[in-house]
Amino acid sequence: MDWSGIVGYGLFFLTYGGIYAISALGLNVQWGYTGLFNIGVGGFFLVGAYTSAIVTKGPDFSHLGGFGQPFLMGVLSGGAMAALLALLIGIPTLRLRGDYLAIATIGIAETLRLVVTNEQRLTAGVWGIGGIPKPMLSTFGDAYNVFYAALVLLAMLLVYFAIERGIRSPWGRVLKAIREDEAVAQAVGKNVFRFKLQALVLGAFFMGVAGALFAHFVGYISPEAFEPMNATFLVWVMLIVGGSGNSKGAMLGAFVIWAIWSGTEFVAAALPPSFGPRAHALRIVLIGLLLMVMLLVRPQGVLGEERQVSKLVRADRGQRPSAAEG
Amino acid sequence: MAQLLLYGVIYGGIISLGAIGVTLIARILRFSHFAHGDMMALGAYFALFFRVTMGLPMWVSAVLAVGFTAAAAVLIDRLFYRPLRRTSPAILLIASVGVALVVRHLIQFFWGAAVQVYQQGVERPYIIWGLRIRPVQVWILVMAVVLVAGVWLFLQKTRIGKAMRAMADNMDLAAVSGIDTERMIVWTWVLGAALAAAAGIMLGLDTQLRPGMGWFMLLPVFAAAILGGLGNPYGAIAGGMIIGLSQELSTLVFNTAYKPAVSFVLMVLLLLLRPQGLFGGKV
Repeated sequence: MDWSGIVGYGLFFLTYGGIYAISALGLNVQWGYTGLFNIGVGGFFLVGAYTSAIVTKGPDFSHLGGFGQPFLMGVLSGGAMAALLALLIGIPTLRLRGDYLAIATIGIAETLRLVVTNEQRLTAGVWGIGGIPKPMLSTFGDAYNVFYAALVLLAMLLVYFAIERGIRSPWGRVLKAIREDEAVAQAVGKNVFRFKLQALVLGAFFMGVAGALFAHFVGYISPEAFEPMNATFLVWVMLIVGGSGNSKGAMLGAFVIWAIWSGTEFVAAALPPSFGPRAHALRIVLIGLLLMVMLLVRPQGVLGEERQVSKLVRADRGQRPSAAEG
Repeated sequence: MAQLLLYGVIYGGIISLGAIGVTLIARILRFSHFAHGDMMALGAYFALFFRVTMGLPMWVSAVLAVGFTAAAAVLIDRLFYRPLRRTSPAILLIASVGVALVVRHLIQFFWGAAVQVYQQGVERPYIIWGLRIRPVQVWILVMAVVLVAGVWLFLQKTRIGKAMRAMADNMDLAAVSGIDTERMIVWTWVLGAALAAAAGIMLGLDTQLRPGMGWFMLLPVFAAAILGGLGNPYGAIAGGMIIGLSQELSTLVFNTAYKPAVSFVLMVLLLLLRPQGLFGGKV
């Protein structure tokens, strides 16, 4: 058996799974905790990828560049650009019904795809940006994919702990209150608009970071890589299947769906080539049906949301078990 | 300039037909139907099946396709949306994204990803007052006007149309007045999907068919519905015209590639300045 092939694929799987998990964690802040529709995940991912590529590359006359900043700087500016975009899109839409945000995020994602395809001087258009620097490539050499997988998983854990901390704080409770009932949150004096904007921006930041990590891993990005299917819907299915409102669920969903998605690719590859494009369509139908079945059968996802009850309530329950079911 | 206006009206008519469905569904079923663009594509491809595979005349194919699309919409509602109706509009919206995904890729599975047309060959355009218009575009224009007028009459004059407007206005009041809401929901799907199919077929006639055509129509269609004040079918028609015209006229100033972005920019501007839509939300 070809062990190195399996290990190589395993690392590849972990890296992609981790990148998707960071996106799904970002979406969980927006949708899972706050109830904000963002159907333009791919747009924020794209901005992160392109920003980081442009910021870190040396001079290249085919597109904007020549800043030559370090990797970390690139990833952070990728996240920051995505966050800025979320701010711009959130201000006009977050005071309105949730559907408006949804359609606006689709709009921004599609517009961005048009921009990167057509603004040659900025992004080299359909040719794409190649030669995106890989951090510490010379240090790790052959073991580079081990290093990068570890780096991505570390970033994922950092994002996870940051979100967990935030969500268990008073800030996180306000987000959930907004999700459950905006009017009540408003009535107790919370600035609902402001909290929603923060959740949207924070989630978008993580998506931008995920995009940047993706760009540095593959080394080459073009508008084609950011089709709405891969960049947006897959992340949604990951979150819904894993369990929205649960960060562990978001990560679990990311790896499970990525396993299904890339597993079906093996099956499709084994079929005769004439069946190729159809098999691709069928894979997506499968993912879509999975989403529908999940919504119908188990809308809370595999893990579901963790209950968080105040210690005081728990103590109260211990004394009066009869009142616990209220 | 006048040429662009003409194209804008044609395109605007197509968008309007889609936007009427979106606006009615948004108002009566209380959710944004994100699969609407893909219902348009489904209609276009059904017509392709009857026209090219079965060899039927275009108008027969179109009528059959409209019927099949309406039936498909009712079936989808039964399978997916109705069981979720008691949950939140948010869940329905996500479900519609899932339906969009499935429909689009089923189209790709059955008809392939390549670009297709109803009829090969180039038509000689008529020249009227110095304007170039292809015969098929005349048909599209006439059909769009007939359908829009038909919808207006349907909503104004028929019992079903009036009941639909009553439901859109106040769901509870409509229910206590004895309107069978489940039946009206079926009618909403039939009307919305039929118009979507018609729009898809027109788009296919005007340009060409590809599985992603619905996805690209989603943004202009929603922008039109929002511009008209989500829930107002007459507003949707006006919104469609505004979007169609401004997309075509924008090519005077901007790169043609940015046409699809125009509707988005208009929508964001409107949401900033007048979120209730240009024509309010009442029916």
